[in-house]
Amino acid sequence: MKIKLKVNGENKVFDVKADEYLLDTLRKNNYVSVRRGCDNTSCGVCTVLINGNPAASCSYLSCKADGKEITTVEGIPEEAAKIAGFFGREGADQCGFCNPSMALTVYAMKKELVNPTDDDIRSYLVGNLCRCSGYQGQHRAIKAYLEVE
Amino acid sequence: MMKYVNYERPSIDGKGLMMGKPGYTDDLAEQNSLIVKVLRSPHAFARIKSIDKSKAEALEGVELVLTHEDFKRIPVTRAGQGYPEPSPHDKFVLDNYVRHVGDEVAAVAARDKETAEKALELLVVDYEVLEPVLDFEKAYENEVIIHDEPEIHEMFPIGFEPKKNVAASYLMHIGDVEKSLKECDTVTETTFYTQAQAHVMMEPHTVNARIDYQGRLVLYSSTQTPFHTRRIVAQALEYPMSKIRVIKPRVGGGFGGKQCVHGEMLVSAVTLRTGKPSKMVYTRQEVFESTFSRHPMRFDIKLGAMKDGTLKAIDVEVLSDTGAYGEHALTVFMVAGSKVFPLYNKVDSVRFGGKVVYTNRTPAGAFRGYGAIQGNYALESAVDILCDKLKVDPVEFRQKNMIREGETSPIFEIMGEGTEGIAMTMETCKLDYCVKRGMELIDWKNKYPRKDMGNGKVRGVGMAIAMQGSGIPYIDMGSALIKLNDDGFFNLLVGATDIGQGSDTILAQIAAESLRVHPDEIVVYSSDSDLTPFDVGAYASSTTYVSGNAVKRAADRMKQMIIEEGALALKVPVEGTDFDGMTISHGDKSISLKDLSNRLYYNEDQKQLVAVDSYVGTKSPPPFMAGFAEVEVDTETGHVELIDYAAVVDCGTTISPNLAKGQVEGGLVQGIGMTLYEDVVYSKTGKMITNSMMTYRIPTRKEIRSLKVEFADSYETSGPYGAKSVGEIGIDSPPAAITNAIFNAVGVRIKSLPVTGEKILTGIQKSRQKGEKQ
Ligand code: FES
Ligand code: FES
Repeated sequence: MKIKLKVNGENKVFDVKADEYLLDTLRKNNYVSVRRGCDNTSCGVCTVLINGNPAASCSYLSCKADGKEITTVEGIPEEAAKIAGFFGREGADQCGFCNPSMALTVYAMKKELVNPTDDDIRSYLVGNLCRCSGYQGQHRAIKAYLEVE
Repeated sequence: MMKYVNYERPSIDGKGLMMGKPGYTDDLAEQNSLIVKVLRSPHAFARIKSIDKSKAEALEGVELVLTHEDFKRIPVTRAGQGYPEPSPHDKFVLDNYVRHVGDEVAAVAARDKETAEKALELLVVDYEVLEPVLDFEKAYENEVIIHDEPEIHEMFPIGFEPKKNVAASYLMHIGDVEKSLKECDTVTETTFYTQAQAHVMMEPHTVNARIDYQGRLVLYSSTQTPFHTRRIVAQALEYPMSKIRVIKPRVGGGFGGKQCVHGEMLVSAVTLRTGKPSKMVYTRQEVFESTFSRHPMRFDIKLGAMKDGTLKAIDVEVLSDTGAYGEHALTVFMVAGSKVFPLYNKVDSVRFGGKVVYTNRTPAGAFRGYGAIQGNYALESAVDILCDKLKVDPVEFRQKNMIREGETSPIFEIMGEGTEGIAMTMETCKLDYCVKRGMELIDWKNKYPRKDMGNGKVRGVGMAIAMQGSGIPYIDMGSALIKLNDDGFFNLLVGATDIGQGSDTILAQIAAESLRVHPDEIVVYSSDSDLTPFDVGAYASSTTYVSGNAVKRAADRMKQMIIEEGALALKVPVEGTDFDGMTISHGDKSISLKDLSNRLYYNEDQKQLVAVDSYVGTKSPPPFMAGFAEVEVDTETGHVELIDYAAVVDCGTTISPNLAKGQVEGGLVQGIGMTLYEDVVYSKTGKMITNSMMTYRIPTRKEIRSLKVEFADSYETSGPYGAKSVGEIGIDSPPAAITNAIFNAVGVRIKSLPVTGEKILTGIQKSRQKGEKQ
């Protein structure tokens, strides 16, 4: 079936199967920043923004996304570059596999929460797993980003 | 004064990856790749009587079906190690036996995932289901023999006795342990168990293959060992190594889990046979069930000491479970001794030995710490037990008995990795500082041993010291090539394997330091078996020290070449000519690097400047650390919360302090995970229950509240600009430090990992009953 999506501000039409997930649709169409880390919605690596809200694209049926606005990290280059700067300063990016999903979720959090506490930040991002960083550098970087921005 | 070493610089790839640039293996697969899927064994142990692949082959869209009948029987090891490997050659690309749930039965290559999956369902396999060996304590000399194939073999003596289910065995001793134990005032004897741990790197194992325009097989692989991968694939498929190119793109984490080949052999076979590009992306379930995890171990450890708190004897017997195949069996086992027991170098005697046995479980392999985390847990827990018995302070006991700068341990000479070791003296060992500083950071004086918080909660602090290594001396080789380009910038080509730890970044810094040019002027490419020089890969904490030394040597050479060419251009003697990173000068004559480069490539005395060098360690200077944990134990539920963890590390110079800190923090959290949360659990029939990220829980950012990581001031002259390695040391101390803290809080000694509320409650009840009886 054909679905219409607005991906990173561009109107797109994709041909998808009824049981196809958004993650696969996006990767197939070269949005390779969206990645798979697990089989059952538990790692957060595949996060995209759907109408501005973070969602796991691995368990979101593409047909359900028809008519919606999808943002991948390619759609927020300025914010991603800024966040990358803070991550870089804290040595918070290691393998980088989780990075695009982190940038998107942090970006969404900044819009949603006003002056989040340490615990608010941890709760908001709890579904975004990272096996490399031990989370500390990320936490320092996110706080610095929120302070400056 | 160092300019670009010990210098904060963001990693060279972090920003690009954050912005979503393609870089990982699957981003670089050919669009029309055949999808390779593997049929995996539902049985822990079975013989394949027959496979009917006709229906699968007939399915529209299926290109190829491979079974064991399609391969010549060539045993290899999937472990990416030096060659000849210290691991038994006990694995075939496909075999007519399956030895664990998830083992490979057959492979299908089809035009898309759905077709490949459908084809797997159409394969008809007739199994003779065999009785598996699931308990590693019953594996030795069990009547069930897991590896009975005639072709399998060891490459040199490693104690391989497959008929007894033994993949490797080892025994060493220094002094007479029996005698010294008899002379001791106090002897403790304890048994500890460590569990299997899964790596859970975020990027699953991924590989793709294509035939390029020269007819060569090109693999992109998410691997820690591209050069070993090329060698093993060539061996397994009897295909010339000269026709294989292995490219390691960005890798989404490894931690040892990618120090091996997995899909590479099958994907290569598919592409070679079909001539078409193919790819394989492991599902998370496959990563759990069908790659590797950490070797579970049992330690029977005896420590003997005098009343005054002098440690005299260490006697350890270890049983290690390598699962269905023997990858890294011997070497992980040996590191459980060689990178643990030198911590207490003043003892009269040490005995260390035991076996690594096969079972019908997911194979064990390399995992950060590589035996040292298991050994450290046993030793550092046993030390606290001993201190409790002797009524001596555990910190003072360590300060009295631990290794110090300028000292050595006879273990270094006796134990290497699979072979004999190398005698070495600790040129740098700041353990003393690490311990003192760690006490301050955790506020030991005010918190040791415990504080009752009321409301049924008790806090306690505990500590442990740890060591690792920096590469494997006389075995691990790294090399580097530096090329000067017109306009005066450089390429640095290294075999070293950046898997997210940031080695490309820090190796560029080392080159920059030597050349005195800004790191931005050094463009790094790593790990392409056709284009970059050799390196063993990312393991054994070797990159900073071994590959870093190679880079420094090559860069020093390049600097000398620039000086010589500059002198020629300026018509002055080489002596007295200098290069400061921008300009080559002699007295009042000078030429900029840019002008010199352009002259070299376009105008006069034309030639390409290339410097290449390599490095093999003659020793493996250990990084050291002291870890301090503060826990809060809920005596009603047994729940443990980690309140704080302080780690002070001596890894020599930190080339990039931030990246080094990230290594330690990441290692600590994996160690904390192994201590408190992570466990690979099997059903009674040998099926892994924890085969998803829902059932196997790694720490989230909610559990990790406070980590304090600091570095000791330390300069190892044998390392590049004073550096030792730092990749593994962070993981080693949490199991012992946290369980020691739990003991100090509630008097319960955790003898098997992970810590669970149940173990704590049972312990509390036992000690209450004891108390009532008295
Ligand atoms: S891939 Fe893991 S949550 Fe979507
Ligand atoms: S940086 Fe590797 S998973 Fe987060």
